[in-house]
Amino acid sequence: MFDPYKVREDFPILNRRINNHPLIYFDNAATTQKPRQVIEAMKEFYEKHNANVHRAVYTLSLEATELYEEAHEETAKFIGAHSMEEIIFVRGTTEAINLVAYSWGLRNLKPEDEVLLTLMEHHSNIVPWEILSKIIGFKIKYVDVDENGALNQESLKEMLTTKVKLVCITHVSNVTGVINDVKTIAKLAHENGAMVLVDGAQSVPHMPVNVRDLDCDFLAFSGHKMLGPTGIGVLYGKKEILEKLEPFHGGGEMIREVSFDPKTRRCKISWNTLPWKFEAGTPDISGAVGLTAAIKYLKALGMENVKTHECSLTKYAIKRLEECSKITVYGPKSVELKCGIIPFNVEGFNSHDVALLLDSYGIMIRSGFHCAQPLHQKFNISSSARASFYIYNTREEIDQFIETLKEIEESL
Amino acid sequence: MNANVNINLGEYIARMEEACGEEKDVIVHFKFEKKDEAIGKILKKAKMEKTVAGVIFDLTYKGLSIRLYNTGKAIIKKAKDKNQAQSILAELLS
Repeated sequence: MFDPYKVREDFPILNRRINNHPLIYFDNAATTQKPRQVIEAMKEFYEKHNANVHRAVYTLSLEATELYEEAHEETAKFIGAHSMEEIIFVRGTTEAINLVAYSWGLRNLKPEDEVLLTLMEHHSNIVPWEILSKIIGFKIKYVDVDENGALNQESLKEMLTTKVKLVCITHVSNVTGVINDVKTIAKLAHENGAMVLVDGAQSVPHMPVNVRDLDCDFLAFSGHKMLGPTGIGVLYGKKEILEKLEPFHGGGEMIREVSFDPKTRRCKISWNTLPWKFEAGTPDISGAVGLTAAIKYLKALGMENVKTHECSLTKYAIKRLEECSKITVYGPKSVELKCGIIPFNVEGFNSHDVALLLDSYGIMIRSGFHCAQPLHQKFNISSSARASFYIYNTREEIDQFIETLKEIEESL
Repeated sequence: MNANVNINLGEYIARMEEACGEEKDVIVHFKFEKKDEAIGKILKKAKMEKTVAGVIFDLTYKGLSIRLYNTGKAIIKKAKDKNQAQSILAELLS
């Protein structure tokens, strides 16, 4: 039985008071809080097992290597990948997408090609492609969204011509929480000869995600949005695709051999095996250890339970927000179509005002564009406030949030 | 920074950030130990337009709107840039 009150006991930070109020943390789409199990795992790593990984023969290094490789294996199992060879550790979703852009895009996209994005993408799934487009000259097309921020399926189908070589799409919008049917989109894309990159930053932490079921070619996500530490993220790629790619970063560890040829006075380089050929330099070992602990924690809770809990909170929050006459909520109202993210504005206040006011009551929410300016332009709003929930949030916290919003409304 | 005002803003301000969004707002975080002094100084010089329960103060100063929070934060609205906001704060805190 999923019990958020029991879960809360594992999160030391939730005992804090901010501005003389109990902390209510509703900025989980930006980053999540960390359970004791993750903090302890990282502490234990540094206290007992710290060493650099791979290629050393001494005991500590072997222990560190085992922990680091275990993190790849746990991650692979968590998202249903075939093996750890398909799991590349990076700094976060942004770096994962950049890796695809530079390892695959730079060498495979041609000026006559097209890349399909959507208006609901986070800047991290827009900017790398816009940069690359300037270098190569390929065309970028943006699939439109409707007034609720849901993807226009017809527009997508029309735009998905044989010129499109890659579809880059978020699984869940970080602004509206809209869930995209990436399984169907991947099928359509593949039928047209395009590959699919899924931004899973807002889906993998909140619902069961299986890459084999989705049949996506790449999936990017961040550890810190799923209870893990900052600085570690994941790029999943199908093995047969990763094998053909050239590395993005060069350095130690990602090579098999660097041999100097005295005749040419150049070095001849061959790459390491997967996934290491994409992980140059000393990796974030303690981050990987923390990520393992986070995944184990989420698995113990059950991802279906995580999803159900967040849906229930979102449904409750949307219903209670209807009591506030001066508040506009954006995105779909039906929780079947979305995750636990609610963007809104209060009439007469800009989003930063709302966030600062709520902060006075110990309630942490985000304000601004949430790195998704095109979607705000589509909604014709200058910015929005955003509440986003996770496993440790409760209905009582939502009640407090609503009562505070009502106070703000009354102050107008 | 206004050259005529001799004040070290770092004495009062922990952080200033241009807010994300179309509004050109600058968010100011006062140092916790100096927030009450900073709020007092600003309230003396800026014109009070409205107060909400002593928690929020809507102020104007030289054509700019300032929303001040008793938690030690402030939004300087529609400032041209961070430099203009610094200039205004230097005058208010001097």
